[in-house]
Amino acid sequence: MLSRLKKIRVVTSIIFLIFTSILFLDITGVLTRSLSEKVLFLQFVPSLLEFINITSIAAIGFIIIILATLFSGRIYCSTVCPLGMLQDIVIYTKRKFLKRSKRKKLRFDFQPAFNWVRYSILTVTAVTFLFGNLFLLYSLDPYSNYGRILTHLIKPIIIGINNIISNVLEMFDNYSVSPLTFNNTDVFAIIFALTVLFIVVLFSYKNGRFFCNTLCPVGAFLGFLSKFSLLRIVVNKDTCISCGVCETVCKSECIDTKNDYIDFTRCVSCFNCFDVCPTHGLKYEFQPVKFLGEKRIEERKEDPDRRSFLLSLVSYSLTLTGISYAQKKIEVYKKNKIPVFRPNPITPPGSVGIDYFTDSCTACQLCISACPTHVLQPSFLEYGFLGMMVPRMDNKIGFCDYECIICSDVCPTNAIEPIDTEKKKLTQIGKAKFIKDNCIVYTQKTACGACSEHCPTKAVKMVSIENNLKAPEVNEKICIGCGACEFACPTIPYKAIYVESNIVHVKAEPPKEEKIEEKVDFSEDFPF
Amino acid sequence: MNRRKFFKNSFGAGMAAFTALSFGTAPRLLSNVRKSENNMIYDLAAIKGGEPDVMFDKAIQAVGGIERFVKKNQVVVIKPNIGWNAEPERAANTNPKLVGRVVKRCYEAGAKDVYVFDHTCDNWQLCYSNSSIEEAVKNAGGKIVPGNSDSYYQEVSISGGKSLKKASVHELILESDVFINIPVLKHHSSTELSIAMKNLMGTVWDRRFWHRNDLHQCIADFPTYRKPDLNIIDAYSVMKKNGPKGVSKNDCVVYKSQIISTDIVAADAAATKLFGSDPEDIDYIKIADEMGIGTMNLKNLSISRIKI
Repeated sequence: MLSRLKKIRVVTSIIFLIFTSILFLDITGVLTRSLSEKVLFLQFVPSLLEFINITSIAAIGFIIIILATLFSGRIYCSTVCPLGMLQDIVIYTKRKFLKRSKRKKLRFDFQPAFNWVRYSILTVTAVTFLFGNLFLLYSLDPYSNYGRILTHLIKPIIIGINNIISNVLEMFDNYSVSPLTFNNTDVFAIIFALTVLFIVVLFSYKNGRFFCNTLCPVGAFLGFLSKFSLLRIVVNKDTCISCGVCETVCKSECIDTKNDYIDFTRCVSCFNCFDVCPTHGLKYEFQPVKFLGEKRIEERKEDPDRRSFLLSLVSYSLTLTGISYAQKKIEVYKKNKIPVFRPNPITPPGSVGIDYFTDSCTACQLCISACPTHVLQPSFLEYGFLGMMVPRMDNKIGFCDYECIICSDVCPTNAIEPIDTEKKKLTQIGKAKFIKDNCIVYTQKTACGACSEHCPTKAVKMVSIENNLKAPEVNEKICIGCGACEFACPTIPYKAIYVESNIVHVKAEPPKEEKIEEKVDFSEDFPF
Repeated sequence: MNRRKFFKNSFGAGMAAFTALSFGTAPRLLSNVRKSENNMIYDLAAIKGGEPDVMFDKAIQAVGGIERFVKKNQVVVIKPNIGWNAEPERAANTNPKLVGRVVKRCYEAGAKDVYVFDHTCDNWQLCYSNSSIEEAVKNAGGKIVPGNSDSYYQEVSISGGKSLKKASVHELILESDVFINIPVLKHHSSTELSIAMKNLMGTVWDRRFWHRNDLHQCIADFPTYRKPDLNIIDAYSVMKKNGPKGVSKNDCVVYKSQIISTDIVAADAAATKLFGSDPEDIDYIKIADEMGIGTMNLKNLSISRIKI
């Protein structure tokens, strides 16, 4: 039975990995929308944040993970966690690839735990999170990192291949494959994703699940919980022949066969050990929670150190949080005839406002990946240094489609709350501001009106000025800040109309609708 | 498609035309000779009172039937207005029934391929599907082609243009044998009305250039490069205000009308009158008339007026 666990784990993890990847890579966008809620239900950090937001049964995925961990250890890490899967793929490939040449190096060896590192990272992450900054949480959260890797590194490749196919087919007059535009234009987000990918691949290549047991805060938290797991993997001293095979396959390097010791807090429940053990020398054992166990005493020796370190970390993280607040209000000036002052980034409809949004967003980029108009882009410093990669609306790239609510559908943390189309159409995320001196109608004295054309509520209206010319005029009450006017505005290098963000979204007045009183008599003659 | 292919196609089309001529169909094809009352080929057909597809079938006969424009094995490109993510009832886009019917008739006339595209303003996938035009085209056997990628556009110089000297134009416009323009008549915030000439803005890549460089002049300049072979103006449901996108169905009035002409300026002038405005007030129509692209003086034209 125990030897079958590995197969179950592998199958489950592949299913999770495939579906999670589809969410980010689906270029049609259809699957992302319908699957995201189900697939990401068990993702630890998104589910936790969603629960804090809505406290509903729909968001109890993380509780299930906690309970599962308390029951039998970190099953999350080897089944649900996509970054864990990525590391497993690296480890697996390495084994297959290097099988013949350097067999010896493929073995894992027991390594002492880096408890100091992982618990301090966990603490700082938790403290900064409690103080309202998610930067550490989301830059270390395995799911969000996986999302960023797929969105910024893998999806562009898929789009590129799609476009090559499209171009080739086009030469044969076949237009069945449409070329697509790349989602992201932000270089920093790409560099960040590349760095994380590099670290993760390097670590897993060298030391298996080293990332999970040093840097990953979810791994550290679940590791801490698994100290209290009811069922733990232990060495069965009656049957173990101390052959040491299990140690060589342990990706977490947490089996010490010399001392018959397993550091269960680092075990990611991959079950490789059960699979290779020739004698049933390992078993799951019911372990009532002991507070004065042998190992417990051993660990207490570290406590004073850890405590003092924690203190320093608390003060450190307080400073960090302080900086983050100071950084949040970065002013973006644009050189222009009339300076454009856009003090805050624009957040998508459903995100309530900047504070609400940044309090729950893990920058996993799923909304960016799914946004059909690409108006959602990863930020650089718009939210401050500690808000990097959190999505913002970039009206240079696109504008928010009036009918579209996909980002709110796919958001796993509820940072973008579910919103229906009717509500979205009345959610004012910002207000259009008109800069007369940049406008073509005033500077060139020729007709334009691209802004008004694109405006879905006609908050931007053309009014007569002189010589048969019409110029835009903004009615802020019915403007929803979608950015269509700014996107369409043809002036260069600067826009003559732009959206100024609402720090907290407000309700817009509905657009004016009047039925036209015009009777058409089909039997009447033509007017020509 | 590439240039070589283009030449090949052009050569093929030339050969086809030559063959057709040598079989003696030329007089009927090329002449403006007006025949007896019932078989007469009119300069412009206006029709009202029916469904869009039914009106097309009737009105197209008055301008010589679809066979006058589409020959065997020709490649046809159709440019409806699919600019906005709006359902058909809002009349921001061309009526899908009309587009579907035209595609069907082109195939019946022997077209090899019928392509339909627009360089949309809203997200193209949402526009194509929510306008129901994608479905209508596919049901009629046509091929709907995206216009969202600049790789489809090739730069051409427009020697006759005053403001618009060059533009990147969708390759289907450059390479197809027959170009059919199917705009929808509607109010427009920038140019008062969007009809047939304005619809051609959807065949180029950079529309912002037009807006920056005297919009009305640019609209009139483009047809000096390529005039559609046929203009079919959909005025079934007409957006009377808040155009070109519209806010709701309340912006529209059902006119159940359609105008068909080979003269793009005349078609625009007639549609303007139908809308209740004066062509003299629409700058680009006036400019186009002065430039000799067509005539806005409807009195000089033979017009077939049909009521169903």
